[in-house]
Amino acid sequence: MSQCRKRCRRQLTKVARYFYRFVTGTLTQDSIEDDFELSTVCHRPESMDKLQEQTKFTKKELQVLYRGFKNECPSGVVNEENFKTIYSQFFPQGDSSMYAHFLFEAFDTDKNGSVSFEDFVFGLSIILRGTINDRLNWAFNLYDLNKDGCITKEEMLDIMKSIYDMMGKCTYPNMQDEAPREHVENFFQKMDRNKDGVVTIEEFIESCQKDENIMQSMQLFDNVI
Amino acid sequence: MAAGVATWLPFARAAAVGWLPLARKTMPRPPVDKSSRSDEILFVNVSGQRFQTWKNTLDRYPDTLLGSSEKEFFFNEDTQEYFFDRDPEMFRHILNFYRTGKLHYPRHECVQAFDEELAFYGIVPEIIGDCCMEEYRDRKKENQERLAEDTEAGEATDTPLPDSATSRERLWRAFENPHTSTMALVFYYVTGFFIAVSVIANVVETVPCRPLKGTVKDLPCGEKFSLAFFCMDTACVLIFTFEYLMRLFAAPCRCKFARSVMSVIDVVAIMPYYIGLVMPENEDVSGAFVTLRVFRVFRIFKFSRHSQGLRILGYTLKSCASELGFLLFSLTMAIIIFATVMFYAEKGTKGSSFTSIPASFWYTIVTMTTLGYGDMVPNTIAGKIFGSICSLSGVLVIALPVPVIVSNFSRIYHQNQRADKMRAQQKVRMARIRMAKKGTANAFLQFKEDGGLGDPDSNSSALCLKNRSAFENQHHHLLHCLEKTTNHEFTDEMAYSEMCLTESVGYRTSRSTSLSSQQGALNNGCCPRRARRRAAMRLANSTVSVSRGSVQELDTFPVKSTNLPQQTRSSLNARAVDIKLNCSDRDYTAAIISIPTPPSNTPDESPPSSPAIPGILRNTRATAYLQDAVKISSL
Repeated sequence: MSQCRKRCRRQLTKVARYFYRFVTGTLTQDSIEDDFELSTVCHRPESMDKLQEQTKFTKKELQVLYRGFKNECPSGVVNEENFKTIYSQFFPQGDSSMYAHFLFEAFDTDKNGSVSFEDFVFGLSIILRGTINDRLNWAFNLYDLNKDGCITKEEMLDIMKSIYDMMGKCTYPNMQDEAPREHVENFFQKMDRNKDGVVTIEEFIESCQKDENIMQSMQLFDNVI
Repeated sequence: MAAGVATWLPFARAAAVGWLPLARKTMPRPPVDKSSRSDEILFVNVSGQRFQTWKNTLDRYPDTLLGSSEKEFFFNEDTQEYFFDRDPEMFRHILNFYRTGKLHYPRHECVQAFDEELAFYGIVPEIIGDCCMEEYRDRKKENQERLAEDTEAGEATDTPLPDSATSRERLWRAFENPHTSTMALVFYYVTGFFIAVSVIANVVETVPCRPLKGTVKDLPCGEKFSLAFFCMDTACVLIFTFEYLMRLFAAPCRCKFARSVMSVIDVVAIMPYYIGLVMPENEDVSGAFVTLRVFRVFRIFKFSRHSQGLRILGYTLKSCASELGFLLFSLTMAIIIFATVMFYAEKGTKGSSFTSIPASFWYTIVTMTTLGYGDMVPNTIAGKIFGSICSLSGVLVIALPVPVIVSNFSRIYHQNQRADKMRAQQKVRMARIRMAKKGTANAFLQFKEDGGLGDPDSNSSALCLKNRSAFENQHHHLLHCLEKTTNHEFTDEMAYSEMCLTESVGYRTSRSTSLSSQQGALNNGCCPRRARRRAAMRLANSTVSVSRGSVQELDTFPVKSTNLPQQTRSSLNARAVDIKLNCSDRDYTAAIISIPTPPSNTPDESPPSSPAIPGILRNTRATAYLQDAVKISSL
C-alpha cells in the first residue's frame, strides 16, 4: 500500500502541473528525452582470435555460437528476463524460471547483471570442452549460491526445488512436497564426508570421482556442439 | 564519429609539411602502421544478395558491427565473403549509411523491423538524418503507444481468473468487466436503469403540472408529488451508495480508486441527497441546498461506465487538453483586448450599454463567437470598426484549434475500434501459444511411448522415430535427463487427473508401492516401461467413460495431426490392429468425430492437417482401449 501512496503523491503533482499548463495555454512539447532511454546498450565481443585462445572452441564453433547468440540478443548481451524466456521454451510443462536464475548467476561471472557473449562462451567452454574436474568445479559453482566455497543444505534445497519445479505438476508418480528434501538428504549423505552439514569443493570432487555413474554422465555433453 | 574525420586525417598529416622548416626540435618518428593499408573490396552476402564495398568504407564507423572485428564472426571461409542471414532490402539502407554518412528511414518499412536491423548492425537510431527523423520518430511513438495499449488490454480483464482469486478480486473483476458472469451483467443493467430513472425524475420534477384544487398558479410536478419523487430519489441514492461502497471494498488500490474520475462522479452524484438529509429546514440555508441539487445532474455522467461513446469523448477532451487550454488562453487574451478597446471607443456616447470593461466582455464574447444577440451594439464609428475587426478575428481564433481536436477524436475512435480487434487477436495468439506448448510436451510423451528411450541403434524402433529431426532428438534427450535426475516421469494432464481421481478413491497405497519398486529395478529397456505405462493408463481409463472426450480441450487437437509423418499411415494400413499403433494420437477429442470408422478404410491422401485421419487412428485406439478397459474393470 505504501508504494500506492507514493504513486498518489506523484500523480497529484503531475495533476497540478497539468492544470497550470492548461490555464496558461502552453502546448505539450515533444519530449526529446524519451527517445534516448533504451537501445545503445550495445556490447561488442572481443575478436575471434582472442576468444579462440581463451576457450577451447574452434573458429567454426565460435561462429555458430555467435550467430545464434546475436540472433536472440542483437544488443550483444542477455539480461535475466531474456535468459529466462529462452530457457523456458525447452521446458513447457514446468516452471524453469528459478533454475534459469541460478544458471544466469553462474554464467554472469563479473556480476554486472547481464551475460555477454564472452561470459557465455567461457561457461560453455568449461562445460563442453573442459576436463572432468573443470566441469565438476563449474557445477559446484552453480550450486554454491553465495559463492563462499561450501554448499549448505538450504542452498541445495533451493537448487533441488528449482529442478523439481521444472518437471511441472503432471508427473508420474505424483510429485510429493518432500521429494526435493529427500533428495537433498540423499545427496548430503553421499557427499558430506565429515558430516559437518556443508559440502566443500574437495568433498564434492572426491565423492564425485568415486561415483562411476557421475563420471560417466559427465561425458554426456561432449558432442553437443 | 563522423566519416569526415577519418578520411581527412591523411590530408591533415600531409599539411604538416608547413611546420617542418620552422621547427626548433626534431620531429618525432611517425607511428608504424602494422596493418596492411592497401584498400580491398569486401564482399558482403546478405541472404543471397551480394554487396561489394571498400574496406575503408566500412571502417569509417568502427563502433558498428561492420566496422569492427565483430564481422569476422560472420566470415565464410569457403566463399571468402561475409554472410548475413538478414533482410537484403534493409541492408541497402545500412550500407548507404556507411557510404554517405546519412541514415535514411524507408517509409514503407515497419518501424520495428528497421529498429531491429539497426540494433543488429550496432547502429544507433539517433544518427537518422534530418530529412527522415520526424517521420521515424512519429512512427516510433505511434508504435509504442499501440504496444502500450496492447499490454494494458492484454493484462486486463479478459483472461480468466486463477482459481485462487479471493472473493474481493472476483468482485472487482465483475465490476470492471460485466460480461464475466450473469450476476454482474444483471447488476450492470440494473444500475444503468436506475441512473436513467434518476435523471428523468430530476427533469420531470421541474415540469409544471396542473395546479392543485383551489390554487391558480401552475405547480411544478416535484412539489405536487413531492412524496413520490422523494421515494424514487431515495431508492436511486441507496442503490448508488451500495454500488460505490462495493466498488470501494473490491478495489485493489483504494487510494487510486478514490482519486479516479468515475468515483468522484459517483460521490458528487450522491452527496447532495445526504447533505439535504442532514441540513435543517432553515430558510437561508435552503437556498444553498437548492443549488446543491444542481449537482444531481452529474448522475448522467455515470452513464459513461455504460457507454463507450461517452468514454471516447472524455478521452478526446483529455488528450487535446493542451490544445483546448491554448484556445481558451488566446480567447481570453483577445476578449480582454477587444473589450478594453470597445469600452474606450464607446465611452463618450450617452446611454451606451458599455458601462465598464467587464460589461464589454459580454459583447466581445457574443461577437467573437458570431452569436450576435444584439443586446449591446456599438454606436460610434470607431466602435463599429473595432467591432467588425473583433468578429473577424473571433472566427479565426476559434477555427484554428478545432481541426486538432477533431483529428484527435478520430484517432482515439479508431484506436478504440482497433482495441477490440486486438483483443480478439490476442485470444487467438494465446490459444496458439498454449497449443504449441502442449505440442512440445506431448511430443516428448509420444517419443517415450514409441520406445524412443531404448537403444537408438536397434532396428526395432518404429519408422516414425527415425524421421524425427536432430533438434527433437536432442530436446527429448534433455527432458529424459531431467526425468532421470528427479526420478519422476512426465505425463499428460489427462493421466495426471485420472491419477488424482484414482488416488482419492484409494488405489494409492497398493499401486504406488508396486510401481515404485518396479521403477527402481528397471533402468532401461523400453518394453517393460511401455507395458507399465499402458497398465497405468488402462487403470486410469477404466474409471472414466468416453465422456472424457468433452473434457479434453479442443485446441490440443490440430497439433497432433501435423506431427504424423507419411509412413505411419501406410504402416497402419498394412497391419491394422496387431501393429503396436506406435505413432497414433493418444488424445481423445471424441467430441469432434464421434462416428467410429473401422481401421481398414483407406484414409484419403489429403494433407496431414485433415481431421479424418487422426480420427480413424484415434478411434481404433479408443476401441482397443475400451476393450481392455472392460477387462480390467472386472478386477
